[in-house]
Parts: sequence; structure tokens; C-alpha cells
Amino acid sequence: MTTTAEPATPVSEIGRARTRKEDARLITGRTRWTDNITLNGMLHAAMVRSPVAHGRITSIDVSEAKKMPGVVAVFTGADLDSEQSGLPCAWPINAEATPPRHVSIAVDKVNFAGEIIAVVVARSAAEARDAVDAVEFDIEPLEPVIDLNDALTDRTVIHSELGTNKWVTFPFDSVAAGATSGPSADEVIAAAENDPDSVVVTRTWRQQRLIPAFMEPRSVVVDPTGEQLTVWSSTQIPHVLRTMLGVTLGLPEHKLRVIAPDVGGGFGGKLQVIPEEILTILVANKLRRPVKWTETRSESLVSGHHGRDQIQTVTIAAKKDGTFTALKFDFIADMGAYFGLFTPAVPVFGAFIGPAVYKFPAYKAVFTDVFTNKTPTDAYRGAGRPEATFAVERIVDELAAVLGRDPMDLRKQNWIKNTEFPYTNAGGLTYDSGNYEAATEKALELFDYEGLRREQEERRRNNDPVQLGIGISVFTEMCGLAPSRLLGALGAGAGGWEHAAIRMLPTGKVEVVTGSSAHGQGHETAWSQIVADKLGVPFEDVEVLHGDTQVSPKGMDTYGSRSLPVGGTAVVKCAEKVIEKAKKVAAHLLEADESDIDFAAGRFSVRGTDKGITIQEVVFATFLSHNFPEGVEPSLDSEYTFDPENFSFPHGTHLAAIEVDTETGKVHLRKYVCVDDIGSVVNPLIAEGQIHGGLAQGIAQALYEEANYDEQGTLVNGTFVDYTLPSAADLPSFITDRTETPATTNPLGVKGVGEAGTIASTPAIVNGVLDAIRHLGVEHVEMPCTAQRVWRAIQEAEQQGGAQ
Amino acid sequence: MIPAKFDYVKPASLADAVAALQQAGDDAKIIAGGQSLLPVLRLRMAAPSVVVDLGGIAELKGIREDGDKVVIGAMTPYYDILRDDLVKQHLTLLAQAVATVADNQVRHRGTLGGALAHADPAGDLGAPALVLDAEMVITGPGGTRTVAAADFFQGLFSTALGEADILTEIRFPKFTGWRTHYEKFNRTAQAWSMVAVGVALKIDGGTISEARVGLTNMGDRPLRATAVEQALVGQQATADVAKAAAAHAAEGTAAPSDADAAADYREHLARVLTGRAVLAAAG
Amino acid sequence: MTQIRVTVDGVEYADDVEPRMLLVYYLRERLGKTGTVVGCDTSNCGACTVHLNGQSVKSCSVLAVQADGAEVTTIEGIARDGQLHPVQQAFHDNHALQCGYCTPGMIMQAIDLLGDNPDPDEQEIREGLEGNLCRCTGYHNIVRAVQDAARRMKPGASADTPAPAAVAGGGQ
Repeated sequence: MTTTAEPATPVSEIGRARTRKEDARLITGRTRWTDNITLNGMLHAAMVRSPVAHGRITSIDVSEAKKMPGVVAVFTGADLDSEQSGLPCAWPINAEATPPRHVSIAVDKVNFAGEIIAVVVARSAAEARDAVDAVEFDIEPLEPVIDLNDALTDRTVIHSELGTNKWVTFPFDSVAAGATSGPSADEVIAAAENDPDSVVVTRTWRQQRLIPAFMEPRSVVVDPTGEQLTVWSSTQIPHVLRTMLGVTLGLPEHKLRVIAPDVGGGFGGKLQVIPEEILTILVANKLRRPVKWTETRSESLVSGHHGRDQIQTVTIAAKKDGTFTALKFDFIADMGAYFGLFTPAVPVFGAFIGPAVYKFPAYKAVFTDVFTNKTPTDAYRGAGRPEATFAVERIVDELAAVLGRDPMDLRKQNWIKNTEFPYTNAGGLTYDSGNYEAATEKALELFDYEGLRREQEERRRNNDPVQLGIGISVFTEMCGLAPSRLLGALGAGAGGWEHAAIRMLPTGKVEVVTGSSAHGQGHETAWSQIVADKLGVPFEDVEVLHGDTQVSPKGMDTYGSRSLPVGGTAVVKCAEKVIEKAKKVAAHLLEADESDIDFAAGRFSVRGTDKGITIQEVVFATFLSHNFPEGVEPSLDSEYTFDPENFSFPHGTHLAAIEVDTETGKVHLRKYVCVDDIGSVVNPLIAEGQIHGGLAQGIAQALYEEANYDEQGTLVNGTFVDYTLPSAADLPSFITDRTETPATTNPLGVKGVGEAGTIASTPAIVNGVLDAIRHLGVEHVEMPCTAQRVWRAIQEAEQQGGAQ
Repeated sequence: MIPAKFDYVKPASLADAVAALQQAGDDAKIIAGGQSLLPVLRLRMAAPSVVVDLGGIAELKGIREDGDKVVIGAMTPYYDILRDDLVKQHLTLLAQAVATVADNQVRHRGTLGGALAHADPAGDLGAPALVLDAEMVITGPGGTRTVAAADFFQGLFSTALGEADILTEIRFPKFTGWRTHYEKFNRTAQAWSMVAVGVALKIDGGTISEARVGLTNMGDRPLRATAVEQALVGQQATADVAKAAAAHAAEGTAAPSDADAAADYREHLARVLTGRAVLAAAG
Repeated sequence: MTQIRVTVDGVEYADDVEPRMLLVYYLRERLGKTGTVVGCDTSNCGACTVHLNGQSVKSCSVLAVQADGAEVTTIEGIARDGQLHPVQQAFHDNHALQCGYCTPGMIMQAIDLLGDNPDPDEQEIREGLEGNLCRCTGYHNIVRAVQDAARRMKPGASADTPAPAAVAGGGQ
């Protein structure tokens, strides 16, 4: 792409495909990753982790480790327990019980392989690592609880204080919730089973366990030597972390400074208060020395929280003519050994969006949260919505197969029409806007749906060893977290607002402070575009500051595709406040009435005259305050905290052409088309990039990734050798396009974009795999759809006599 | 991430290297390109007390012609093999297999000798070495000897190399004019072979006069699919012939079952891939 | 300790290192060249890719002692006279990075790839980058960037000549 010449008239910055400000340091290696930090006298921590998934610690001997060269101290759970408190869970879902204490360092019992049992601190990272091997311990193994259904038998209970492995059963019933009237989903399904004009399809399948696998390993540096305790962490949530450290460790919040410098990806995986943050703080405080901890990749894969991991039973009822009559989810979700910040809430997030783009007159979703002796799960890109979207988009395809209908036609028959917005779905969410017809029409055209259907027919007819499948996913999701009142009603321990501040510097330059802490999303660029437009200043004159609680004292951080709809709106509202203030000053300087002042393109003018003054001139006059309106505060600086009134609901139509080599089972993604409606767009380049990355992760769930545990509870693919992330050679280029149906619930008209691609793409791929081999009698292939799984599914179907 | 401590020796001659290994005893590791060794050291799956670097011995690197043989120094990196004219002319199967190893960066460092000595059953060089009748030249405390590829691989990560032995060069007879193909099947582009098949065919007037088929990751060591070879010889290289011959591909194998694939699936893959490799080789 | 002499981004260094020190830690911890990063422990991710004597290598899979006498070029040494390398520029222009963690390795590998094959097709680019993992971009724009860089670098100009001493210490 080449830069085009500036047009004579100023163009709107919003909507412009600006290349990113952030890139300058990232492409030259002048980066500020946490692990780059070196401080005077800094020590290095390394963690001793339990290789046993479930067991009692009978002894830990650190005497040899303490004698190792360079070792300064070694701590065990016994040494730190009185200070470690418990890691926070901000959204327990269950008000009836107290979550099990999530210790940062195990004291007498371990509940997953990878749990920390000792901390070594040494002068160098290498010496710390050496001493880890010298810590001797005995862990008496207990029966590990690995399988979800087995966990529910309570044969072995992990947290004895709970008396059961089941944390909660959370039911959502559309009738009880007042989202639908008439018979309940259970009643509709029961009736449909005995109704010759109806059909009921039930399937059970897995959402496999995934690992977020951000590229930058987590790292923490703690400096206890200053006035404040300074914590650098590779985190998505510096603000939440600061507050949580105050709440859990009892550290005075005003004596805490948290910095998230350059952060190398998160995808939910860094939306956490981690044991290593707590422990690095505790040991740095004890030793009165700066301490750094940086994880290895294999440490990261076993100890950073995982995502997904559910057994889903999904039921759809419909009339024989294809009209949907009920949807029911029954999901069992693996919490792992402990709760992180949002662990028990993540599956439940899918409750509200389950009905997706469809008009279901009855809906029920039941979520059962279960503990196992595995790494804790928590948010991973999409958090609850990919699971629900997969369930509904897969079952619609199954229903289409049972009814012998084209899966796209069946969707069209049942989706919410453009004229029906705003629409309250059976999950109780009110979708403000959407146009599924437009996005779908565009996608079908880009995809050549008809042409590929013909090719599919031909391949089937010719019994081609390579069969073609077309995978469809028409999705919507809820993002832009979140209206605080709603979060409160659902029992969350935090609000969903976002904060912005604008500082007008004397020379006319602008500092924008955002509480939305980016880790790859390009806020510095997008926020600059918004402010440049709203204040009429050059894009280059705007500096965006974030990720340091000393600079940006207030925020709810970055996750849940919230930055632009919530944080961006805060910036807009804040800029409006600046203009309001400046207008008074401009009126004074122009000797006009404030009501006669117009503001456009960075200039205040007196309506009907050629008198005017630039915003920079107003800023400088305010700085001088020599000639200033009486009773007006001599500052244009402003703050705004925005609390959204609703979620935003991006939607889109994703189509995948999948080739399945029936001889080997190998799946080849030949073509991927998606048309997303993310509302208005501030920066198409960045928005498209978010879609691309989201697609790759969703496709990877469908085809490549799975965290596997053996019967002993050991993560067996805990390195990048066997936790197979796709490389460039495993993915195609994507054909992406957009329709623009602006959100009506924020002034930018934007919807979140960060998770959309991930939520949408997984079912599109799996539906495509099934569509390629369904005629052979295959009804489902578990994810990831590896060659071996696909081949076996074909073999089994053949043995059972092929297609019915 | 950080290897355990070790002493490091970088001998300048083969004799010094053998002496260094003898001195270090069974706790020494040879580092060639290091692309398999270093991850193992970093994960601390091995912690040798001495690492002997062969990088200082110039004679171990390079490719030369020796009569009817092409001789590849054990320390020759994959990248050099891929670009070598002798290899392109006489050892196409080797080049085809090398091209599939890991990734570009690894191919810059990783060496043929290192891979063969490491003897990972999922490694892509063993089967071609077997198919191409490679001879391993080994120098050790007792002098220099030559071991045929068929006798070199002795099991899982196990070879004919003794404690202070060094694989110095690999001698290949020329397979000039043979039609070859290496068919690799893996989970992602960068992953190790789940199964791979190397085929070399001599075709005279449309008839296969000689056939050699090697299997990767179908046992604890690279294997020859002799039943396939026998079924091919004397036949036209048609799809039917390839398929019928390939049906024998899993005979005599002992495919592993692991997280990547179960043995029966590997056996099936061996048959399918062999058929494809034969056809691709025949062109 | 073993003494090594290495030229990094045009500057010569002589240091005593532990034999077990990986080249990437030598660059980061001894020389302060933190532009090169570590992403895994199994040489899969490629984030640590640098050029060793003009060839891309994963600096986590090379011992610092093995680099004795060698010339190393990192992401910090490829800009010249205040001008970004065409591959750096193309990554910026095509939005080929998000979090940026894989970017140094990705750029260094892309330069190597274009040195070997100045006119690669899409599949050749994808295969040429198979040793570098990115979790943000889905690779789509990375591929575009490499195609764009290939166009910019045509004709002639060698993809990777040794870095002049003047730019050592960081790209501008």
C-alpha cells in the first residue's frame, strides 16, 4: 500500500486506513517488553512446580537449593502462606457457596500439575533455574480427577470444603427470564418428540481445551525500593490488577503502581491476576530487592490459564417446514483446579447469545461448572460466545441435514429480519441493529456459493477421493463489555465502564489518556484518529498514553471487544467536554455569545461572520489565562467515564470451502470468505487485521489445537512441538469484506471486533468438514478435526453402512 | 529454557575430537548443528557434562564426488545440500527429503550427520539414507570404519555409533536418472513426520526395473518396504500397479502409537502415501 | 567461561560467556539488544530469528560460543542511515503486525527468504515463514507485506548485505 497525497480539503480521520503509530518501535526492536527491564540489584525468581496433578505435599527440602551458587532465598508455601491470601474470582456465579481458596503457592496439597510449590530467588535467571532442580520434595499422589463426567460422580472430591466437584448449575430459561412467552423449551421439545409435524435433533460433542498461546511469555518485574511498589507485568489488566492487589494482599492501593509496558498479545490469557505476580511481589518485599520472573514457554502452556473445555449437549426442535421452535443447551464446563478472575462466568456468557441470529420462541441453557485436577480455565478469545455459537451453528446444520434442507436456506427462514430490529432474543438481549441479509448476500457472492455447490455435486458424483464441503456460520455475538448495572445484576464484582482523559498542552499538542490498555490492538492509532477528528487537530499531534496506573489512573482495561465501543466512546465524550469548555473561552476571545459559536475542523467561528479562532489559539490563551472569561476554570483538560447502555452486537456471514482427502482424512481449507458487520469503522486496516487474527484462532480450534491430558493429569503436549499452532503454511489468505450497520448505542456507531473472527470461524470450518463427508454417513467429527479423526469417522460410517 | 551447565570443547581436528570424547566418557554429547540437541538441553531432558562441538573441524563439511560416489561431510548443513549440484544430479530423493525438514532457519544450521546420528524415528533423513544405500563413515578410538545404513540404525535414537565415535561422512552411490519422491504427512507444516515415504524408481522404457521404498516413523528406525519394492519391479508405473504394490507398505513395520497417530492409522497412511509417492516419482 | 569474539550489527564484541549461554541471551543480556526476543523453548516460534553470517537462524538454538568469530545481524541492525529496511517498511505499510512480538523474527526471516528467492509466490512465502509463529495476524498481512517488500526490492539490491557499523545500536 502506498500513501496517497493529502487531498486539499481535510478528510475525516475516522474511517481512514491509517498505518499504525505503534509500529515504529515494534519493527525496529526498540520495544519495551517486561522481560527487557533490568533494574539495579535485580534478582531473578524461578518457580518449582508440581509434576503431580493431585496429591499431598509430604515434604519439601530446600536446603540443597539454598546452597546453590547465586541463590539468595528459597520460599515454600509454608513460608508465604500467611501473606499470600487467595487469588481473586470476580464473578463466582454462585452466591450460595464460597469459592475454594486459590493459593498462589501450594501449602500442603496440589490440585494440578504445574501448581507452584516453591519459589527460588537467585542472582541470575540461570542460577535460579539450576536451583529449581535442587529442591527436593515428596508429593503423595491422590486419585486425579480428569474426566468431566467422572468428576461429577464425586468419587474423588478435589476441594473437600465444598464436598463436591460441582460448583454450580446455572440455568437460563427464556420463559422464566421473561424473554419469551408461551411454553418453555422443555415443554416444546417434549411435545415435538410426539408430533409427526415436528423434528427434534440432539447431539453431544466437545469443546476441546485450548491454550491462548500469546507469543510473549508472561513476565513480572517488581521494584519495592521506591516510594511506591512498582509492578511491571505482561498483563491485559494493569488497572484491575492494581485494585485486586489492594483487595487481596491488603497492599495500600495508593502505594501501588502497575505498568503494562509493551504486551505481546493476550487473547484473554493475560486477563488474569496470576500466582506469579503475587509471589514476585511477596519475595521482592521480603528481600527488599527488585525481582524479575519470566516464564518459559513450557511453563506458560502448563500454568497460564486455558480456555474452552466443555461437553455440550444441544437440542433443537423445529417444525418439518423448518421453523425453529426451541433450542436447549446442556453444557458441562471444566473449571480446572481453581477459579481465576472469571472462570465460572466464562461458560455462562454463552447463555444470552445462544439463540444467535435466530428467532427461537423458547430457549433454555443449563451450565454446570465442574472442578478437575487440570490447569484452571478462564477467558480465551470469545469467552463463552465461541462455545455457544459453535453449538447453535452446528445444530442448525444437523437439523438441515435431517430435514434435507440447504443449510443457508434454513438459516434465512429463521433469522431475524433487518426490519425486525431492535429485537429482543430468547436470551433476553436486545440487539439494537443488524442486517443479516446484506452480509449474507455479499458473502455468498464473494464465495461463489452456487458454483461451489455444483463442484461439490460433481465430486460426489465422481466419487472423487477429495470431497468438497461448504461450511456456513451466520453469527452474532455480544461484546463491548459491559453495562455496569447488568454486570451487577449478574453478580460480577466489577463495573464495565471505561475512562478517558484529554490534556491540552500549551503548544496545541494533545495527550489522550485511556484506561483501555492495548496489547496489539492499535489503540494509539485509533484513539489518535478519533481525537484528531473530534478536536480538529492533526493526527500527528495526538499522543495516546495508557498502561501505567501513574499516567492512566483509572480504567477497566482491554478484553471482551470493549475497547472501541466503550473506551473509544469515552474518548469521544471526553473530546466533547474539551470543546464545550473551549467554546466558552473562544466566545470570550471572539467577543461573541457562546450560542453563536460554531466549532468545525479545529476552528471556532462566530456564526454568520468570518471571525474565528483555532483550537490551538484557544488552548494557548487558556494556558496564559491573561484574557479569560470570569468564573471559568482556566483549563480545557477533561475526563470522562463512559458506561455503556447495552452490549454491541457485531454479526456476519462466514463461508468456508473445505476439501477433505477421504483417503487420509486430511482437511484443506481452500477458501474462506467472511463478511462482517462491525458497524462503523474507525480504522479499516486495524479492523481487518483483528478479523484475520480472529479467524486464524477460530480455524486453529477447528483443525489444529487441543491441550491433551493423560490419565494422570499430565499435560502431554506442553510445548510448541506438540501444541500445534498453525503457521503461515497451514492457513490460506482470507477474503474479507464488510457491511456497515451502525450500532445505535454509542456515538461512533461501532461494534467490537476483537473476538468476532474467532467466534464465527470455528463452526464454519467444522460444518464444512461435515458437509464434505456427510454423504458418507458421518454426522460429527470432534475438534480439532485432525486427519486421523476425520479418517476414523469415515471408516466408522462405512462400517455402519454409510449414509442412511 | 536455560541448559544446565556443561563444559565446552571445540576441537580443531577429528583426532582431538575423538580424544575429547574418550576423556569425557559417557557423559559427553556431540553438538553438530545443534537443532535437535539444543531444545533437549533447554528443556533439561539431557544434561551432559561436556559438549563437544564439531564445528571447528573443517574436513567434516562439504560435498564432493568420489568416483561413483557422492560424499557428504557429516557437518554439511541441509541448506548446502539443497543447493548442491551433485545432490541435485545424483541424489534427488535426498534433496526432496531435506527440503521437508523443519523450517528454513533450522535447515541453515541442522546437518545431515547430526540428524542421522540422532536417529529420531520421525526424522526425515533416515529413510532416504536407507533407500539410497548410504554408507556411514565412522571414526572412533579404534580407527575408521564404514557401516551400511541398514546396519547403522539400531533402534529408537540408537545407532552403530559407539561412545567416542564420530560420524564423519556419508557416502552415497549415485542414483543418476532415478525417479524419486519423498511424500511427507504431518499435522502442521512445521511438525515432524507422522509418516513419510521415500521412493526411488529406475524406469526403463516405461517399466520399473528397480524400486526402492523407505518408510519414516513406521518403527523405531527407518525401514525399507521390501514387499512394495518387489511388487513394483517389472511393472508399468500405473495407478493400479502403485496401489496394488502400496497395499504391502505396512508389512513388517512396527508403527508407534502416540498422541499424533495410532499405529493402525499410520499403517493406513503408509499404504496411501506409498501409492502416491510411487506415482509422483514415476511422474 | 569461554571467550568469544562476535560482530553484532556491525560492532565487534569480545566477551567471556558460559558455554551454556544461548546466543539470544548473549544478545539480550550482555549486549542489551532486547529487540530480539524469546518466544519458546523448542525452536518452534522463530521470534528469536537473527542472521548469522548472512543466514537466518533461531538464536535460541545456537550457543553463544558457536557464534564465535561470526557476524550477527539483528532487527536492530537492518535500518540504514535512518531509512527502514524495505521489509520493515512493508510490514508497517501493510499492517503486518499487531502485538509485535513475533515481528523481529518474522522480518529477519522474510529478509532471508527474499534473499534466496527475490520473487516468491504466495505459497513460497508461506512455506518460507513456516518456522515463525504469529498469534495475532493470521499471517494474511504478513504475506502481503512480504509480497510488497519483494516488489520494492526489485531489481538488483541484495536483500541482506552486512550491516554497516554506523547503524549499530538500534534502528532509527
